[in-house]
Amino acid sequence: MNILVCISKAPDTTSKITFKESNTSFNEDGVQFIVNPYDEWYALVRALELKETQGGKVTIISVGGADYEPIMRKALAIGADEAVRVDAQPLDAFQVASEIAAYAADKGFDLVMAGKETIDYNGAQVGGMVAALMHLPYVSNATKMDVAGSEATVERDKQGGTEVLSVSLPAVISAAKGMAEQRIPNMRGIMAARSKPLQVIPSSAPAQLTETVRYELPPEKGSVKLIDPENVNELVNLLHNEAKVI
Amino acid sequence: MNVLVFADSDNGKVAKAAYEAASYGANIATKSGGKATLVTYGQVDNLNELAQYGISDILHAESVDHVDPMQLAALVDAAAQSTGADLLIFSHDYTGKTIAPVVSARMKAGMVTGAIDYPALDGDFVVKTNVFSGKAFAHVKINTDKKVITLLPNSVSKSKSEANANVTAFAPDLGNASVSIKETKIKGGDGINLTEAELVVSAGRGLKAPENWGMIEDLAHELGAATACSRPVADVGWRPHHEHVGQTGIAIRPDLYIAVGISGAIQHLAGVNGSKVIVVINTDPEAPFFKAADYGIVGDAFDVVPKLVAAVKELKASQS
Repeated sequence: MNILVCISKAPDTTSKITFKESNTSFNEDGVQFIVNPYDEWYALVRALELKETQGGKVTIISVGGADYEPIMRKALAIGADEAVRVDAQPLDAFQVASEIAAYAADKGFDLVMAGKETIDYNGAQVGGMVAALMHLPYVSNATKMDVAGSEATVERDKQGGTEVLSVSLPAVISAAKGMAEQRIPNMRGIMAARSKPLQVIPSSAPAQLTETVRYELPPEKGSVKLIDPENVNELVNLLHNEAKVI
Repeated sequence: MNVLVFADSDNGKVAKAAYEAASYGANIATKSGGKATLVTYGQVDNLNELAQYGISDILHAESVDHVDPMQLAALVDAAAQSTGADLLIFSHDYTGKTIAPVVSARMKAGMVTGAIDYPALDGDFVVKTNVFSGKAFAHVKINTDKKVITLLPNSVSKSKSEANANVTAFAPDLGNASVSIKETKIKGGDGINLTEAELVVSAGRGLKAPENWGMIEDLAHELGAATACSRPVADVGWRPHHEHVGQTGIAIRPDLYIAVGISGAIQHLAGVNGSKVIVVINTDPEAPFFKAADYGIVGDAFDVVPKLVAAVKELKASQS
């Protein structure tokens, strides 16, 4: 099994989100970056489990500047065999997907995996775009996956339930919660990661289709209206007559 | 501009979110002097109702099933070509989220996911969307002639029109399926879909044990609300994972979110801060959730919730 896992970085879930340059760019000052949890906990760990039972190789790919390397080393410490960084500053998901598809086109991967979305832009775009650009089958939101021969059995969430699907490989799979358990890298993994190959390749200069013109923070909530626990009827009254939601 | 709306269907119906997407697409088509068409597939019992939401034409591919996202993307491609669509609208639900990026990459059409408002149409085409798991908004400009938007449910109001859409059978060639279905597992429950629910009652560790959820379900039942939970409660198996709302669960934007015994960690707030009205019931007056709430009760859930159930019952009785 030759597996490619797409790795993105994302601000830690406890980060305070602020913007700079008149709200046109995300303020990274003081922000701790992590491997996007869907890429790490689910896609990468499941890829490693498959490699451990079936043999093969797990390659990770990221599209970004040198500032990506700490989180790529983390993915190597968790157990990936080698890493590829496409040296680019992507401005939208299509650029990320195009870079990944351009790299993967002639490498013969059996599986391309990604998290179902990143926790910063929540676009959920890269997996589907890579599948479209590589003309591969695609299953999104997979919560379980097993591979036998050239066929994967995938469980995915759907509206009101789940489905078990069979998909022929090679394929692109996006991973959701449930696919694997988080792995904490051990000291041996961290040491080994330092000497694992991290190849930097040039951008294929894909087109940019969208641009973020500005950001906005949600308006501050007014202060909460507290209701006496002995007077619960008042809450119902307010929800009915003031907020008009019931 | 000509607009094409994709409506997912499941179990013989299009979802409620499709009415919203149809209204959204029809509104943009009208404002920009174009025509709105909708494409859907499979058996759809509520096609006549769907036809009332401002769309001019519905293309119905009855023989297509939902299993292979690539075939659904090909269906949308074919419909976009036959209608000359400039803008494609999907609901930001499981199917929409899956096939919209496929369609976008095939057509090299710039895409915005999770839109929460109408695009600006004078000058640049800019759409407001949720980012950082609801902690911020981004205004994203689409630079290409062809455009793709996924619309977050409960973002715009639905509006009916006087004329009904014409329904036409549609049967393009979609190629062979590369994905096949082995098994479907439908969840039990009362059928209120959490992402589309207008009212949601949610509870967390403050309830102390899974057997205490009866009063939460009672409250949800009286209100006609869906039930949800916080992450710790789903992680220990007190509640099913599909009820987990938050940064790593699902994000919802109901009209009313009632949080019982949930402290309001930043990761939980990320999944619910698009709610129009938030009510927090917690014993701890310092719980961070109160800062994000519109109404709050500092009190014991075991005391407050049964009273709330009774008060809602009383209101409903007075209305009937």
